Amino acid sequence: MDNNHVVLETKNLNVFYGNFLAIKDVNFQVFRNQITAIIGPSGCGKSTLLRSFNRMNELVPSARSEGKILFNGEDIYDPAIDPVEVRRKIGMVFQKPNPFPKSIYENIAWGLKINGFRGSKSEMDDLVEQALRGAALWDEVKDKLDQSGLSLSGGQQQRLCIARAIAIKPEVILMDEPASALDPIATLKIEDLMRELKENYTIVIVTHNMQEAARVSDYTAMMMLTGEGERSGTVIEFDRTSVIFTRPKDKRTEDYITGRFG
Amino acid sequence: MSTLTALRDVTFERNLSLRKLKGKIFEIIAFFAILLGIAMLLTLLIDVFLDGLPWLSTKLFTEFPSRFPDRAGLRSALQGSLWLMVLTAALAIPIGVGAGIYLEEFAPQNRITRFIEINVANLAGVPSIIYGLLGLGLFVRQLGLGRTLIAGAMTMALLVLPIIIVTTREAIRAVPQSIRQAALALGATDWEVSRDHVLVYSAPAILTGIILAMSRAIGETAPLITIGALTYIAFDPKGPFDIFTVLPIQIFNWISLPQSDFHGLAAAGIIILLAVLLSMNALAIWLRNRLLIRW
Repeated sequence: MDNNHVVLETKNLNVFYGNFLAIKDVNFQVFRNQITAIIGPSGCGKSTLLRSFNRMNELVPSARSEGKILFNGEDIYDPAIDPVEVRRKIGMVFQKPNPFPKSIYENIAWGLKINGFRGSKSEMDDLVEQALRGAALWDEVKDKLDQSGLSLSGGQQQRLCIARAIAIKPEVILMDEPASALDPIATLKIEDLMRELKENYTIVIVTHNMQEAARVSDYTAMMMLTGEGERSGTVIEFDRTSVIFTRPKDKRTEDYITGRFG
Repeated sequence: MSTLTALRDVTFERNLSLRKLKGKIFEIIAFFAILLGIAMLLTLLIDVFLDGLPWLSTKLFTEFPSRFPDRAGLRSALQGSLWLMVLTAALAIPIGVGAGIYLEEFAPQNRITRFIEINVANLAGVPSIIYGLLGLGLFVRQLGLGRTLIAGAMTMALLVLPIIIVTTREAIRAVPQSIRQAALALGATDWEVSRDHVLVYSAPAILTGIILAMSRAIGETAPLITIGALTYIAFDPKGPFDIFTVLPIQIFNWISLPQSDFHGLAAAGIIILLAVLLSMNALAIWLRNRLLIRW
């Protein structure tokens, strides 16, 4: 496709819940400092795919996977690799804002503490400020860092969650429909923020909103059920977003994007 | 056509008023149900206060029980209750909260765990006298602890353990999955998630459960009578291995005496016991409203 550095790559990835094959034979790449959108109709396995990248799927007791996910060339499902290490490097922002019921400051500081921060209070203050600035939230909260994260508005809470994720400086940030619970203005703020964040991070976003995918992403993976009457999803087409939205190769992608299907 | 519509409307109207009437009838029945409950409670309280108020004095706190009503007090019973509560708490809280945390956070989801869970829930419904019999057989006789505070506290701890375990589990379960996921996604270990989030956010509800369990222990009489705490105690208990009596038993004692003066004393004792219980429950409610996190 081009010479961009591949950060994440799935190889023949299958994910099961019990006997149910949720996603089947997924092959695609995520490029460094790019925003990759995963789009597709409900129930085709977008979130399952996203949650495979930081091994959050394992929290579902019946979940298991086959195939490989390479992170900078290393298989994150290798038995020698601890999911905790994976999640340290591949952060996540959830659909519904979920700040901790702690102060705004603690929301950021906690991730640093558990990941071995051993510095002074002023160094911590700097890191918290950096993270909040990085999430375009600093000006709104700098005077109330000791207030509960739950006291913020929905959009602010989601940016706090982004700040929390970037505070520990992951390489990749996974976003599971990060704006779907927000109003249009808060959504635009999150989208602007994503464009800024891609300077330093690689972003994978799941979205239902095709306009959003078209607006923010560089690459798009189109997911769909594998066939009529099938319940397993797969990536049917992966390309630059501009290609997917203007001249898709797959008829199903075209139908979905133009609103004829899904 | 127009008559048909009209007819249909009439049926509709009649139906609606009938449906509303049913609701009204149910409301009235429910109202009388609550009225009856409150009336019973009020009668009880008024009766106790009429009998007990003349006997309510500081002497109750300073005097030991006596066969002369005007010299009798609750000193040893109050101290016994306090000792019993502290010892029961010291035994039941770490075990109960620990078991609840284990079952909710660490136990594998298998048949053995489910079997234990069901039986813990069942234990909460076992009549308290059964615990008394167990305490008598195991602690008083088998372990040779005698009719001491520690034997009583161990029995009471068994009695309240299921309550503490169940409330701990419910408190932990009330912490949303989304919070755990948020913490795990930052690269936290399971223990870090439990320590810094789940246990912190569930602590107020766990504490509320503990207070309610303790107020149950204070009011409980049957198991202590069974293990033999029904004795005349005219000294201050000095330690866990002293024999003892508690408030409800002293009240029971006085009621069983024929002289009516002792019945007044018993009523005064009930007022004190009620005051203790109500303040503990009030504390639990206050804690719940103040500290509980609304998600």
